[in-house]
Amino acid sequence: MKLTTILAGAAMALGLSAMSAGAQDYPNKPVNYIIPFNAGGESDIAARLQQPVFEKLTGQSMVVQYLEGAGGAQAWSQLNGMEGDGYTIMGTNLPHIIMQPMAQDVGYATEDLTNVYFFHYTPDAIIVPADSQFKTLEDLVTYAKENPGLVTFSGSGTNSANHVAKETFDRLAGVATTYIPFSGTSPATTAVLGNQVQAGFSYTTAALNQGDAVRVLAVAADERVPSFPDVPTFKELGYDMSGGAYRGVAVPNSTPEDVRQQVSDLIGKINADPEFIQKMKDGGFVVIDVPYGEMEAFMAERKAEYEETAKQMGIAKN
Amino acid sequence: MDKLVYLAEALTPMNLVLAFVGVVAGIVIGALPGLSATMAVAVLVPFTFTMDPASGLIVLGAIYTGAIYGGSYSAILVNTPGTPSAIATTFDGFPMAKRGDGALAVSLATLASVTGGLVGALLLMFLAPPLAQVALAFGPPEYFWLAVFGLTLISALSVGNLLKGLIGACLGLLLSMVGIAVIGADVRFTMGSQVLLGGINIVAGLIGLYCIPVLIDLVATRDPHLRVAAESGGFRLKEAFAITMKEKVNLIRSSLIGTIVGILPGAGGSVASLVSYSEARRSSKHPERYGTGEPGGIIATESANNATVGGGFIPTLVLGIPGTPPDAVILGALLVQGIRIGPTLFTTQGSIVYTFIFGLIIGTLIMLPVGLLIGRYAYKSIVAIPKSALVPTIAFMTVVGSFAIHNNLNDVAVMLGLGIVGWLLNRNGYAPSPIVLGLVLGQIAEQGFVQSYLIGNAQGNVLGMFFGRPISMAIVAFAALTLFYPLIASAIGARRARKSHADITVESRDGQP
Repeated sequence: MKLTTILAGAAMALGLSAMSAGAQDYPNKPVNYIIPFNAGGESDIAARLQQPVFEKLTGQSMVVQYLEGAGGAQAWSQLNGMEGDGYTIMGTNLPHIIMQPMAQDVGYATEDLTNVYFFHYTPDAIIVPADSQFKTLEDLVTYAKENPGLVTFSGSGTNSANHVAKETFDRLAGVATTYIPFSGTSPATTAVLGNQVQAGFSYTTAALNQGDAVRVLAVAADERVPSFPDVPTFKELGYDMSGGAYRGVAVPNSTPEDVRQQVSDLIGKINADPEFIQKMKDGGFVVIDVPYGEMEAFMAERKAEYEETAKQMGIAKN
Repeated sequence: MDKLVYLAEALTPMNLVLAFVGVVAGIVIGALPGLSATMAVAVLVPFTFTMDPASGLIVLGAIYTGAIYGGSYSAILVNTPGTPSAIATTFDGFPMAKRGDGALAVSLATLASVTGGLVGALLLMFLAPPLAQVALAFGPPEYFWLAVFGLTLISALSVGNLLKGLIGACLGLLLSMVGIAVIGADVRFTMGSQVLLGGINIVAGLIGLYCIPVLIDLVATRDPHLRVAAESGGFRLKEAFAITMKEKVNLIRSSLIGTIVGILPGAGGSVASLVSYSEARRSSKHPERYGTGEPGGIIATESANNATVGGGFIPTLVLGIPGTPPDAVILGALLVQGIRIGPTLFTTQGSIVYTFIFGLIIGTLIMLPVGLLIGRYAYKSIVAIPKSALVPTIAFMTVVGSFAIHNNLNDVAVMLGLGIVGWLLNRNGYAPSPIVLGLVLGQIAEQGFVQSYLIGNAQGNVLGMFFGRPISMAIVAFAALTLFYPLIASAIGARRARKSHADITVESRDGQP
């Protein structure tokens, strides 16, 4: 009995040290982390929060680079041409990588991208100016029902997460509203603050920056978001809507299986760091864990959902 | 002056060194076409994480302000704006350098940049919360008209050949539409190529259209590239100072325009310098001299683009909405540092904010001696370098610069392609500036127009959207004034001439016995 315990313990210790030795192999030099958007955006901020934890865990540096253009398509269409050794990783975003190839030829297909981890999402949120006539989501829905097309929503981009959220909301609430695309979250938020539009589809992260200047009517998360304890979720209000912009990490498709797993494990470790989680929460991000092993199921589920909305938007190619 | 407490905090030796290093690094990066202020700030953000927040902000602010100023060197000395903010500086800067007044032009740019930077920073310190409201008053129609206002400058730039100027601008507008449209996501003019999906990058277009034709001409002609000034000694600082004092109305007006345009997210330094150039030219007694080496032109553009630095921080710090792309990076850095942006920032985090603003002012002041020294060295060396060494060096820099935008060879190909097109057009009398104006302003105009139309359509009042808003109408009035000013001026001139002729007749008749 005693002997077996000792043996088992020894075996476990051996196994652990072997595992940690394996983990120490990777990374043994700086990792390039390519963000397919401009510096300063939410993808960048999330990467910047990962950066110090990565360096603390591995002792190697993480170099954040930007390869923006065509709403991310510029970078994603080049990913598989890069070296698949685990030292080049790239941020990926949902719904972008599903919606873009669906709508037009952007130089990559959704299946071309090897996602190894989705680590957080920023829930969709409806924001209105603090002095808006809409005190609750119910006010807005009633008004929109009485005045079809009159309610204007600002949002970032066409066929984007905001656009998808607005269309989904229209469908669930049975209303018709007008979507006004802007070139980014900042100008879209400015339009709400300046009463240029009546409301905006935005994210919890952007709403948080505005403090008392905006009122958040609802957030598309499963549970209430810690930074907005008083704001109801869409589900509470009877609209089955949960999601937003998901952000993950992908590797070139030439990356071997074991390296894919190592990258996934590392991102998972960063995601488990208490300080990282706290900073993400403070920023309005919702940390999620979709490791490499669960990727296929997760993507299939997301794809089915976006396809339905895409049909309604009339953008599906075939 | 409770704020003065923070001056002492900004003045620690460490912060002074950081501001100095930041300004020098910024100037060098800004002077190299293709290396932008945004890139400089983004690359250095991780290093600031280990500093305390105020010092980190000071070094980022110093790099930013130095880069915007540094863009004027290459604009003046080699006719290629180092950053998009310096586009309008080429109009008068290069003609001055060509006739041997390069040192004077650099000194003027330095004085104007320092003044503009100070005005922007002081407004940030004292009037930030009320001024932030300007950003909110500007909706899609205002952006549309602002871009149209910028485009009216083409009439001013193409004196004697308005048709070619307009054709160039249309080409620029078409170029701005290449790629996936922000609104509607239509794929336009990509000719089936993935390379053009992301559109034509403004910096790549800038380098190609300005730099390549200059390089080809340098190789094709025997003339020296710059005439050495007759009395090449000194900064000609006294002369520059005297000119600046004479242009003080222009200087202050341009600094204010720069601050206001800086507050508008999505406009930025290029629009600010174009608008203030346009205004300086319109209100000048000698508008015909603009574009041929008029010091007032440099003063207008350089004070305006440096004022956007302070102006851009106003919505960034007050509303959490970045006024310019480098502000977006700095905002991200602040969030990572755990600083909550928003209306309460000035009261709750006053020590960081005011230490930073004083740091920005100190950085701007350091720019005066540092800028003059670097500028003089740059001028002297550019004049002294033989053409056979200068041309390959610049050619190398154009490739590196356009590659550095996205670490991508696509931009280099776009740059070279546009450069060759630009050279052919140049030989046929089409100047690069109208094309670049179209490229820069096309997106702002298009987005503003479509958004206004969509909102107007939803409200059933499209015409009211475009013509029923006071700020819009004021911008329209300025645009019309700029566009038709030459006609109005000549009409007034003709009437005066007639009148004086009549007077003479009357007098001569009276004179008759």
